[in-house]
Amino acid sequence: MLELKSLDAGYGSFQALFGINLDVKAGEAVGVIGPNGAGKTTLMRVISGLIRPTRGTIAMEAADVVATPAHLIVGLGIAHVPENRRLFPRLTVEDNLKMGAFMPKARAKFAERLEFVFDLFPRMKERRNQMAGTMSGGEQQMCAIGRALMSDPKLLLLDEPSAGLAPVVVQQVFELVKRIRSGGLTVLIVEQNVQQVLKVVDRAYLLEAGTIRASGTAAEMLASDTVKQAYLGV
Amino acid sequence: MESFLEIFDIYLLEAVVNGILLGGLLALLALGLNLIFGVIDVTWICYAELVMIGMYGMYFLVQYYGVSYFLAAPVAIVLVAILGAALHYLVIAPLLSGPPINQLLATGGVLFVLQSFATVAFGIDFRNLGIRLPVLAFADMHFSYSRLLAFGAALIGMVVVYLFMTRTYTGTAIRAIAQDRQIMALMGVDTKKIYLITSAVGGALAGLAACLLVLQYDVHPFVGLSFGPITFLICVLGGLGNFVGGFVAAFVFAEIISLGGLFSDLEWGYVLAFGFFIIMMFIRPGGLLARRS
Repeated sequence: MLELKSLDAGYGSFQALFGINLDVKAGEAVGVIGPNGAGKTTLMRVISGLIRPTRGTIAMEAADVVATPAHLIVGLGIAHVPENRRLFPRLTVEDNLKMGAFMPKARAKFAERLEFVFDLFPRMKERRNQMAGTMSGGEQQMCAIGRALMSDPKLLLLDEPSAGLAPVVVQQVFELVKRIRSGGLTVLIVEQNVQQVLKVVDRAYLLEAGTIRASGTAAEMLASDTVKQAYLGV
Repeated sequence: MESFLEIFDIYLLEAVVNGILLGGLLALLALGLNLIFGVIDVTWICYAELVMIGMYGMYFLVQYYGVSYFLAAPVAIVLVAILGAALHYLVIAPLLSGPPINQLLATGGVLFVLQSFATVAFGIDFRNLGIRLPVLAFADMHFSYSRLLAFGAALIGMVVVYLFMTRTYTGTAIRAIAQDRQIMALMGVDTKKIYLITSAVGGALAGLAACLLVLQYDVHPFVGLSFGPITFLICVLGGLGNFVGGFVAAFVFAEIISLGGLFSDLEWGYVLAFGFFIIMMFIRPGGLLARRS
């Protein structure tokens, strides 16, 4: 579904990603793990068009993502839940969700998608008229995921969904990722919480210093010595 | 003594009502400037000059081409809306990534360009629509219909903008962009297009203000100076970019001017209002309804 080939990207003269090759097949959940500053967030941003690659290709199904203007990439079926959620704090929950359905194609299905998101997160229905910035971290994460789901995506990009959340809430977020997957949605998830993420994904890539160091199925990654030593503390 | 008090109270009430009527118009002016500042983060120093161009538009349509006032008004509003969009496209957009002082200076430059253009093109004569609306006498008080009409139309204009901002996707995007512009692309929003629409709405508000001001005041190339600075001060007093703050500040200012004018000359009303502004800048530098950060 999504295929990145020899992709370079960075900020100005600072290069953050070097020759990334990565693919996500329809229906899969794929994780990207790695330490702080490895380029995980840059990878997500380059897929959704917030920054553009300096070299390489990104294909989403038949479409060329690199050639698509940033604001039309969500129309290709890619929805990005950014790092730190990035809700509009002084808009209500419902207005935040409305922004997720901004594209003309999604507007037509607004009522249907809203019902879907409210089914998934009954809490959001209770809080629909509350300012998004006044909710707890976990609720804000739900709202951010809900906002991304409003565009009826094929591929969901999740950037550190567990960051800054209490352990109990982290559990809930990963449960949720499982539920979203079982609905048939393809997921690419970036996480520092390696142990947790490897429980919900099929495959994972290990990103270090802007290059892919290892990849494999979740079980292979859990068994890999590199991953074990560096991230699992065994 | 008793009759004196009665007359005095009537005058007081009349001044209060006139203050409210003036406040509606000032609130409309402040809304346009606040919208641009809150969303695009740019101050249109030349905002009142857009109003001046709109007033000339009304003058020529009504006096020269004999168009009726109510037909000319929408034409003038669209004209100034296009002017606002053009100002953004030609002057602001190329400077958006530059330092804010450049944007400020550029719109300041546009102010002088528009003033000089009006002087060359239209001369320095004071012109008016030649429409004399009657005065409403009510319980010994006198209110001009032009002020009542301006107040009503300003309120309707603000309600329309409110509904646009809260009920439509584009309006919601305009509010969202003011809070986090970097991620708008993830929502499928083309920020450039939203900025252009916002500028056109800001222009349309200036156009509506022009249609209402031209009923009460003569138009000349420097007419912007008589309400440009006060609009700017109202926005600052309310907290730049804070729509509700600007609305409240407009009525506070208008009442000070109107009531101050009651006790002595109208000019003293302005002196009091500007004095009040300076004091408030010491007490509440973030504006009347400063957001807690």
